[in-house]
Amino acid sequence: MATIHIDGKTYEVDGSDNLLQACLSLGLDVPYFCWHPSLGSVGSCRQCAVTQYNDENDKRGRLVMSCMAPVQDNMWISVEDEEAKKFRASVVEWLMTNHPHDCPVCEEGGHCHLQDMTVMTGHNKRRYRFTKRTHQNQELGPFVAHEMNRCIACYRCVRYYKDYAGGTDLGVYGAHDNVYFGRVEDGVLESEFSGNLTEVCPTGVFTDKTHSERYNRKWDMQFAPSICHGCSTGCNISPGERYGELRRIENRFNGEVNQYFLCDRGRFGYGYVNRTDRPRQVLLDGQALSIDTAFARLSDRLKARRLVGIGSPRASLESNHALKELVGAENFSTGLTQSEQELLELTLDILQNGPLPTSTLRDVEAHDAVFVLGEDLTQTAPRIALAVRQAAKGKATEIAAGMKIQDWHALAVKNVAQNALYPVFIASTQETRLDDVADTLHAAPADLARFGFAVAHFIDNTAPVVTGLSNEVLAQAQSLALSLLAARRPLLVAGSSLGSRAILEAAANIAKALKNREKAASISLVVPEANSLGLALLGGKPLESVLDLSTADALFVLENDLYRRLDAQRVDEALSKVSTLVVLDHQQTETLKKAQFVLPAATFAEADGTLVSQEGRAQRFFQVFDPTFYKPGDQVRESWRWLHGLSSALKGQAIDWTLLDHATEACAAAVPALAGIRDAAPKASFRIKGLKLAREPLRYSGRTAMRAKINVHEPRIPQDQDTAFAFSMEGYSGTQELRQQIPFAWAPGWNSPSAWNKFQDEVGGHLRAGDPGVRLIEPSGADSHWFSVCAAYQPEAGRFISVPVHHIFGSGEMSALTPVMQSRIPAPYAVVSSEDAERLGLKDGAQVQLRSDTQSLTVTLNLSTQLQPGLIGLPVGISAIPVKAGLVIDAIEECVQ
Amino acid sequence: MIRSIIHILHGTYTQLRSLVMVFSHAFRKRDTLQYPEEAVYLPPRYRGRIVLTRDPDGQERCVACNLCAVACPASCISLQKTEAEDGRWYPEFFRINFSRCIFCGMCEEACPTTAIQLTPDFEMADFRRQDLVYEKEDLLISGPGKYPEYNFYRVSGLSITGKPKGAAQNEAAPINVKGLLP
Amino acid sequence: MSWLSPEMADIVIQILKSLVIMLAVVVCGALLSWVERRLLGLWQDRYGPNRVGPFGAFQLGADMVKMFFKEDWNPPFVDKLIFTLAPVVAMSALLIAFVVIPVTPTWGVADLNIGLLFFFAMAGLAVYAVLFAGWSSNNKFALIGALRASAQTLSYEVFLGLSLMGIVAQVGSFNMRDIVDYQAQNVWFIIPQILGFATFFIAGVAVTHRHPFDQPEAEQEIADGYHIEYAGMKWGMFFVGEYIGIVMVSALLVTLFFGGWHGPFGLLPEVPFLWFALKTGFFIMLFILLRASLPRPRYDQVMAFGWKVCLPLTLINLLVTGALVLAAQ
Repeated sequence: MATIHIDGKTYEVDGSDNLLQACLSLGLDVPYFCWHPSLGSVGSCRQCAVTQYNDENDKRGRLVMSCMAPVQDNMWISVEDEEAKKFRASVVEWLMTNHPHDCPVCEEGGHCHLQDMTVMTGHNKRRYRFTKRTHQNQELGPFVAHEMNRCIACYRCVRYYKDYAGGTDLGVYGAHDNVYFGRVEDGVLESEFSGNLTEVCPTGVFTDKTHSERYNRKWDMQFAPSICHGCSTGCNISPGERYGELRRIENRFNGEVNQYFLCDRGRFGYGYVNRTDRPRQVLLDGQALSIDTAFARLSDRLKARRLVGIGSPRASLESNHALKELVGAENFSTGLTQSEQELLELTLDILQNGPLPTSTLRDVEAHDAVFVLGEDLTQTAPRIALAVRQAAKGKATEIAAGMKIQDWHALAVKNVAQNALYPVFIASTQETRLDDVADTLHAAPADLARFGFAVAHFIDNTAPVVTGLSNEVLAQAQSLALSLLAARRPLLVAGSSLGSRAILEAAANIAKALKNREKAASISLVVPEANSLGLALLGGKPLESVLDLSTADALFVLENDLYRRLDAQRVDEALSKVSTLVVLDHQQTETLKKAQFVLPAATFAEADGTLVSQEGRAQRFFQVFDPTFYKPGDQVRESWRWLHGLSSALKGQAIDWTLLDHATEACAAAVPALAGIRDAAPKASFRIKGLKLAREPLRYSGRTAMRAKINVHEPRIPQDQDTAFAFSMEGYSGTQELRQQIPFAWAPGWNSPSAWNKFQDEVGGHLRAGDPGVRLIEPSGADSHWFSVCAAYQPEAGRFISVPVHHIFGSGEMSALTPVMQSRIPAPYAVVSSEDAERLGLKDGAQVQLRSDTQSLTVTLNLSTQLQPGLIGLPVGISAIPVKAGLVIDAIEECVQ
Repeated sequence: MIRSIIHILHGTYTQLRSLVMVFSHAFRKRDTLQYPEEAVYLPPRYRGRIVLTRDPDGQERCVACNLCAVACPASCISLQKTEAEDGRWYPEFFRINFSRCIFCGMCEEACPTTAIQLTPDFEMADFRRQDLVYEKEDLLISGPGKYPEYNFYRVSGLSITGKPKGAAQNEAAPINVKGLLP
Repeated sequence: MSWLSPEMADIVIQILKSLVIMLAVVVCGALLSWVERRLLGLWQDRYGPNRVGPFGAFQLGADMVKMFFKEDWNPPFVDKLIFTLAPVVAMSALLIAFVVIPVTPTWGVADLNIGLLFFFAMAGLAVYAVLFAGWSSNNKFALIGALRASAQTLSYEVFLGLSLMGIVAQVGSFNMRDIVDYQAQNVWFIIPQILGFATFFIAGVAVTHRHPFDQPEAEQEIADGYHIEYAGMKWGMFFVGEYIGIVMVSALLVTLFFGGWHGPFGLLPEVPFLWFALKTGFFIMLFILLRASLPRPRYDQVMAFGWKVCLPLTLINLLVTGALVLAAQ
């Protein structure tokens, strides 16, 4: 701690900060551009100047750039000093000389850091009379729009894109005031994290192109705190709605999870919510019904039948639990196949009973050695990949600390480290997007597991020995084991994306070995879907075990497309037997098309619920908007509401639309492991100063006109009984009172995402009210056996074993339904090793037919030098390609043109 | 005592004087205008019915920036931005609920493109409230209104078809980033 | 026609005369609602109601149609009997008082010896209308209005009576015709009883709750006071009652201080009614002019003015008159 004097007042601040961080953490408004909590200081924009004095008697002082000035004890500075103020106004004025007359037609307007800073410094009149420099724009793909005229050359974009996210295709060109930030030529931005440019850029150079077609200002959107459903990471998001459509996803700061950044799947993969083909009416045999009639008919049909329920890892805990209550635990399936469920249960077992604690996403960045076993993180849990990249860069901070350079001194840290990295090792089937910061091993899944077992043995020689490994692999394993042992805090990342149980067993062995060597290590296991871990905690039978149905059964399928999980024949066979198939979903899935009863379920934007992320963090997502406000007949409801209403109808009671808190409470009470979800978010009765929390910013416009076309007589706004949020700007939206659940970042004078500063204990730190979510899993260390080593991979002549290849764009079931994402989703393809291709006489890019015992597929053939012979990589979730791992392809034949 | 008597007398006098003064108004000209028989003079800056104007090229001036909507104290303007083929922004719909409008003119003040203007016309009463909801078709006029010269896209840096980068007011030609000159 | 004896004919004629007078007063009162609006318009440089009929004269008919067709609504929380009674009292009290006014030597309802006292009695009854209305409405604004009205009327009635005692002392009778005749023989009382006139005029304005003494109905403070819960015809009766009060007080002023039906200096004795109507019309106009010109004082000022200024003035007037009458004997 250090004591500093700002404008005559004395404050206690963190002595390791720079002055700008210190001032912002104190809540003082010091304007800045080039500094960013996650990117550090470079002192290039000169905007954050303050006056520093030698001592209390010094009246003249000198201007310093606060982001480059370390905090010193007994420091005397002034933010309000006239000279400093004048200097800052001049800086904005010269940054604005080339800024175009664009704000009305700029999509940054209204949440623009440059606008905020211009107002803050008081520059309001243009004196520059000469011509403005202009630039040509580039086409950067479907996600990010580019408008270089607006650039103020703060360099944040390249510092984020290249230095932070490891991108290579965005750079800075030209010199002096001509500098140009872009690609060498037009083209899609390669980085999977390019969407963050829209928030990192303090002005409108990079904007969200997916929002452009139906753009509206930030102040006109209705937000709610939400959780990304794109993968199991559980990033916090602020989805914004206008006119009944989801318009944009903004990052929601969570100091333990995603901090300032999201991946492009999470940020841009929201379009499925707005699809016009979504089921929106209760349908009985294709006929639309009122809710009451539907319930009457449905309860008639269900009487005296065995009810069977199939849950889903993409549905909330509340929905799954409501289904379990309706059908009874003995008839409830998780909706996962036998093999998926075994992997998930093993994952949960390792997390609950294993020796190592799971790492939070932010904590991943604090590890100094990372072993990624079998996961292509960038594709399966992208935000974790970004965190692993930061972990590797932690080396630079350590070197800098040795030279007494503060960690925020970004350029100095970068220079002194000369690209030195902490060890990261990735064992995978093919190249990954993290390879540039890692050592790699590419092998078949079984061999990856054996490599893992070998590493475990080298760490702790009581672990089972792996025999039959080549010397080269053994040497790699040994050196990896040594670097893990040499590290202060090693991190082990594994997961089930390859569908290999052995990989998880190997990970368990490594964890145990690290524990035995008393390392302060952590583990992070990636699971397939947003609520996979929650479903594992809830428990249920595998899909196959409930599919032996008779005609007397009624089958409920909750937000699950069975055709993605099992062979079409198997599903058809099972469904053909049931006379009553009830499907609750929000998309036109294959399963839904077979349903007799369709109950339109709500997406995350229209529903409340709780998810458990891969670190075991239970987080609540809240309804963003009420669809009935614009579509009065809309029947979309949360699945848990449908199911609970149905169960009360079946009991012959009046339909009881339970509230969220009751649904959560019922779930927490029924499953001891989920008791913690009660505290994942405040209850509906939560109030600040007697107010609900506002979903809309204060300036929300058009309230008396936006619905006037339907009817000029305005109805009362929807009342939210379920949560502490109001569908209105009436309610608390300030920064002073403590609150975890923040629908949107706004503070007086701060309209851009920089407003998060005002909610944090210190800028870039944690939310003052504590970061949202509650961790449910703490390892007990009870599990003490070693898993035995699996058999080595044996290629079979003439046959190919499939391995799943995950894609950030396309593998997510829901995000793949987003229209704007289509151009980024790969066309159906298969990848085989070059050796195999050469043997079969196939060329890269050839159209080939794959034949297995049950089906045949036509795909484009890609070649890989890294994939093991005898394997065939098939993309996950791409239409026409079965998702199942371990599919055996009997033959590959080139299609005749 | 005397003082208070004088006070009362003076009070009585002022009251009587008021009576006389008010009575004298019986012989003054009446200020009331016999509308609708007599036409009302409305100054050009009168704040009446709101219109959307076009720029001198005949294109819609409104760029759907939403500033009028946010400035509106009655929140009676709502619109949706969309983009034309040529890169211009325009409102997909633009709705003013005149049953809520208070004709304060803040939308006109906020408008950066002089698109939204208040006109000297107040005769818009209707029998059905629903008919007071004006859509873009009802609001858009064919002329430039009070500002015949102004054309936002000649000033703005946004390029549109027919006005490439560097062609707006006070703009230099686009930089050749790959050029070697300093 | 045997029953039509001369006495009987007298009685019938007298009844007809009374009916004519009553109708004339009521119609006058009703018409005043239009006259007042027109006059206010005139003094405020505007027109007032001028669309219905010539000069808007049929406005009264339009208003009446509207009022008759309004729902006769009694709020559920009122005391129904008293609530209904109040407007009846309001309208009838001062209307009945008109019986003592001698319109012309031959026209007049009753020639009572206690004419003046009858008027005081009726003016006192009028307080009940306000009191009933305020109390039965079960509404805080109405109650405050009623309290104000009663307090104000009671205070001002004290010197309403006292201010006329000078006249009574001079004439030696309470009979109105005697008073009018006395004035014709001597001088109009406006000259000797100027203080009495001033205080009686003020008190008259106050008991009819006209501006500037309309605290009981102050819109800004108590939202129309005692008749806040009234609508339709009941409210209309309060409204007409107020105008009848104006006509009544004006007629009384003419009778007591301006020589009744006599013209000044004995001019044109052939048209007594014309004189009476002219002079009454003048005072009615004065009432309206007061409303057009004077602001409403604060309630405490009204009370202070009544007790501390008007009451001493009437007492002085009475003492001086008494002394002079004694000296003259």
